[in-house]
Amino acid sequence: MSVVWTIFKREFASFFATPVAYIFILIFLVMSGVFTFMFGGFYERGQADLLSFFNFHPWLYLFLVPAIAMRTWSEERKTGSIELLMTLPVNTMQIVLGKFFAAWAILGLCLMLTGGLWLSVNFLGDPDNGIIAAAYIGSWLMSGAFLAVGQCMSATTRNQVVAFILAAVFSFMLVLAGSAIITTLFQSWASNAVLDTISALSFLSHFENMAKGVLSLEDVLFYVLSICAWLYASYLIISQKKAN
Amino acid sequence: MISVSNLKRDFGKQVVVDDLSFEVKPGDVVGFLGPNGAGKSTTMKMLTGFLTPSSGAIKIAGQDIKTHTKAIQQKIGYLPEGAPAYGDMTVYQFLKFITQVRKIPKARAQQRIAYVSEQVALNEVMDTSIDTLSKGFKRRVGLAQAIIHDPDILILDEPTDGLDPNQKHQVRKLIKNLSKDKIVIISTHILEEVTAVCNRAIIIAQGKLKFDGTPEELQKRSAYHNAVTIKLSYLSDISGLLEIDGVIDIKHNKETQRVTIFPEPGKTILSQVSAHVQEVKLPVDMIFPEQGRLDDVFREITQTSQGEVL
Repeated sequence: MSVVWTIFKREFASFFATPVAYIFILIFLVMSGVFTFMFGGFYERGQADLLSFFNFHPWLYLFLVPAIAMRTWSEERKTGSIELLMTLPVNTMQIVLGKFFAAWAILGLCLMLTGGLWLSVNFLGDPDNGIIAAAYIGSWLMSGAFLAVGQCMSATTRNQVVAFILAAVFSFMLVLAGSAIITTLFQSWASNAVLDTISALSFLSHFENMAKGVLSLEDVLFYVLSICAWLYASYLIISQKKAN
Repeated sequence: MISVSNLKRDFGKQVVVDDLSFEVKPGDVVGFLGPNGAGKSTTMKMLTGFLTPSSGAIKIAGQDIKTHTKAIQQKIGYLPEGAPAYGDMTVYQFLKFITQVRKIPKARAQQRIAYVSEQVALNEVMDTSIDTLSKGFKRRVGLAQAIIHDPDILILDEPTDGLDPNQKHQVRKLIKNLSKDKIVIISTHILEEVTAVCNRAIIIAQGKLKFDGTPEELQKRSAYHNAVTIKLSYLSDISGLLEIDGVIDIKHNKETQRVTIFPEPGKTILSQVSAHVQEVKLPVDMIFPEQGRLDDVFREITQTSQGEVL
């Protein structure tokens, strides 16, 4: 456990040693503002809730999370530091976890910094704060799933741009898994069971209730299991393909 | 003790390390030599558990690296090729990170950081970020992290590459100062390094073992071993040199006025040559014995093997 913490601290600090974290946080805040106010019609709805804010989160994460995940392993491969890291007496899984939690903490920090919105709705009306808190937790969980996908893609290549594109494409497919765009691809030849399974993987449909503040066990479990599965995939990729 | 038996590694069709076997005992400082692409780095990556062998076995202190990777990695200090590090950290942060990952207790970690930064002369850059350091400093940071836990086995991939002569000297001194009961393996293509710090040389080419012995044995393979070179003040008759007992050949470079006298195998001729020089009053500025030219031996050993392949 202490090794995970050590890796976590190093990774977390490295986001702030370069402008990466600051730019990321700034863009996250600006984009979530744009989505909430311009597309979500925060004021126009006249409701004291943050639904217009949370509804856009899957789309926000779709391109922002790959941006923060892309360097995770690609940079280690590129600079050769992976060789240093993997010859230290640590377990690969410990490194995978340390890196994941560090980036997830950054995403958590971003969400916390949107607290101004929360204060605003409380100032303007009388919202159900329990619902908002639940939606925040749900959103953070979902961001973790996006992150695990992105880090797994980063493990496959030494090129950050490739990692970003792969992560964005995979995330896009997972977001839309239940929608007509993806299902029509399979409809003609796959059985209903396959179709249902694919739809069940959709990030979007599992977030629908979360955005409304409903944390069902099923949705929470879905994201937790997604995170575990993708982290395990990263672990396998890294253990199998250490050198280039 | 390291024992490598029938080690083999391929990347697809390309065989990089081919049936390599050797043993290294505590106290051995091994110079691991070979042309670029001979498989030196790949072998080192397997010794440190970064790469897995395609076949063959590596045992370190009686343990198989496949099954006891972590335990073995605790005993090893490793400087990978190019001395990679985390550029966004300062030297101090980086060394501290390594001590934490290696689970060195705090008080001892501080002691060790102070000690190694003194040893490789890093004190002035402790709070500089590694990205902004010169190549020489980066290499020394890599060395510092390799020795920070006082490992029994030190594996250094081209430790002096890119260093200036003063820094090279420092690094060699450092390696020599390491305790006598340790194993040190250094890969290099600088031959003088082997005679300077190693008590054993292993040469590989095309992934195969070509030579395993002491640097002296390597020198003995040279035609120049025990040869004597004299420098003449001006051109004069040197045919008499060939008559000396034990001399087999002479080589005269007319531009530098240097004459090299080669002995029959196993013979020393320095005293005879100097006696002859005095006897016939040759105008000699300098006279010195040759050690054996490692460059030639190296080329001979590694290139004949290329012939075999072709």
